[in-house]
Amino acid sequence: MVPKTTLRWAKSASGGAKSASGGAKSASGGAKSASGGVVCACLVAVLAAGCAGRSAGNAGPSAGTPAAGAPTAIQDTGSDTLLNLALAWAERYMSENPQVRISVTGGGSGTGIASLINGTIQIANASREMSKEEIAEASKNGITPVKFTVALDAIAVVANPGNPVQGLTLQQLSDMYTGRITRWADVGGRNAPVVLLSRESNSGTYVYFLEQVIRLGNSKSTALFSPETLLMPSSQGISAEVAQNPNSLGYDGLGYVTPEQKTIAVARTAAGPYVLPSVRTVLDKSYPVSRPLFMYTAGEPTGAVKEYLNWVMGDGQKLVRDVGFVPLEGSGG
Amino acid sequence: MTGTAVPRRISGTASRARRTRLSELALETLIRVLGFSTIGFVGLIFLFLLREGVPVFFEVRPGSLFSGRWYPTFGIFGTLPLILGSLLVTLIAIVIALPLGVATAVFVREVAPRWAREVLKPIIEVLAGIPSVVLGFFGMTFVAPLVREVLGAPTGLTAFSGAFILAYMALPTIISVAEDALDSVPKGYRDAGLAMGATRWQTIWRVVVPSARSGILTAVMLGMGRAIGETMAVMMVTGNAAVLPTSLASILRPVRTMTATIAAEMGEVARGSTHYHALFGIGIILFVLTFLINLAASSAIFEKRRKGGLR
Repeated sequence: MVPKTTLRWAKSASGGAKSASGGAKSASGGAKSASGGVVCACLVAVLAAGCAGRSAGNAGPSAGTPAAGAPTAIQDTGSDTLLNLALAWAERYMSENPQVRISVTGGGSGTGIASLINGTIQIANASREMSKEEIAEASKNGITPVKFTVALDAIAVVANPGNPVQGLTLQQLSDMYTGRITRWADVGGRNAPVVLLSRESNSGTYVYFLEQVIRLGNSKSTALFSPETLLMPSSQGISAEVAQNPNSLGYDGLGYVTPEQKTIAVARTAAGPYVLPSVRTVLDKSYPVSRPLFMYTAGEPTGAVKEYLNWVMGDGQKLVRDVGFVPLEGSGG
Repeated sequence: MTGTAVPRRISGTASRARRTRLSELALETLIRVLGFSTIGFVGLIFLFLLREGVPVFFEVRPGSLFSGRWYPTFGIFGTLPLILGSLLVTLIAIVIALPLGVATAVFVREVAPRWAREVLKPIIEVLAGIPSVVLGFFGMTFVAPLVREVLGAPTGLTAFSGAFILAYMALPTIISVAEDALDSVPKGYRDAGLAMGATRWQTIWRVVVPSARSGILTAVMLGMGRAIGETMAVMMVTGNAAVLPTSLASILRPVRTMTATIAAEMGEVARGSTHYHALFGIGIILFVLTFLINLAASSAIFEKRRKGGLR
């Protein structure tokens, strides 16, 4: 997971250096769930704090309420998909509201939700909805999670630039990812085996792709990823393999597609139309694989957290497009 | 205390002696406590592992726990592909590392001139210090494409690529332990060999190496222990597909190891869920495997000690 973080760091160095300074020290609270990713993300936060040259806020679990005069610290942890966007938001918001310190860490949707359940953070970023089990777990701890939709994301299907295939239908994608189609020739490509790439099962992107693409949105389906699927621990792992392996087929959030990968157009049916993911096609719903992104709070937000979330869903939407995501309809973008 | 001690007690030397004895006692106690606490910590870690991991053996039927499909998100916890994946990668790594390691040890100890040995030994030790992430990155960007292009695998992220990196990581351990083993072969053996008219090569290959074989075995075991527990590099290079390695061709297919599974999934699981227990269950299996390997290694050492000297 460290290389992922390295890349994230490189990617977000300009955008997110200051933003993580708010509570770098206290960010370790989110590491309770013992994920390497979180630990690494904290490292990034610490590094960022060093760069920004600010002292870390002394935020504790209960620091979500504003105290007069003292800086308010907000802990924001979770989805790696949302990480860059959350960093951009936090940085802009802190420059406008210097009395608030927001520390952002990644680690995956599950990590953020687990931290929210444990009461160590105020905001959990998630690229999927909380499961029933998780909500039950939270209420056992006396926490009622409240969901806010903060942006939209499109999942891009990617292949090596040397691959002649331009478009795939959802059915073809499903057949390929379940292992029914194993050769590129069957979908109009070269006579070569398909190497399937996926994010690890701790990624919200994994769950979404499974439900919407592999199971074609059919909640009764029990189709699963083919066991041959390579589970990559990071977006960086996927882009590296896609860039160098002409047989590969992968997927990832639109914000993570690099120029070394070719985006495949996706169609709902064989009749078409084959649509490439973009802000426009997600907003007019012609691109079939897009999803909402969430922020969860522990109970109805109050004070600084409430103000921050209002800003995120209002003025904050102006930043969404710059980071490669799609703003909420009718606002900002 | 005998009677003679009574008058002495008044003198300064006696009180100094008592003080020395006291401080010695304190130090001894401290050292003993520290020593036992290490054992205690290991015990506690094992207890923790048991507490978190044992429930899975009750929550999942043993039959399905050792079946061939691992889809933890959907309640399918077949650990067999993970166990076999770890074993496969470790085995190939040792097959690669053993000849290289022993040959290097022989060269360093028996063949290389003194100055070369002085240079080589620290370099080999530095090898051990390269972070596994760096090796993993090297494997991902350099070894994997090579494996795909040269060996014709559909993807370069295979068991073989992982084993290649692991072999590299196990080498320093194997070399330095094997070298120590060669070092402890008495000079008389070499002299005898040479005196009987054997060439240098014959002496090394027929006399010195065989008499150091239990030490070399230990070296291999320790190298294996290192390889099976390695996480980061393996996770980056082996592709992490939980496929049962069934044939020889599996060497050039992706595998998922136990360590990579724990590392990749631990961040996600809800505490106390079956998946959480299953990951700790894998930890127990891994612990038992490494324990057995270390036991085999140390029993080889003890065996030799009883027969007189570690060789």
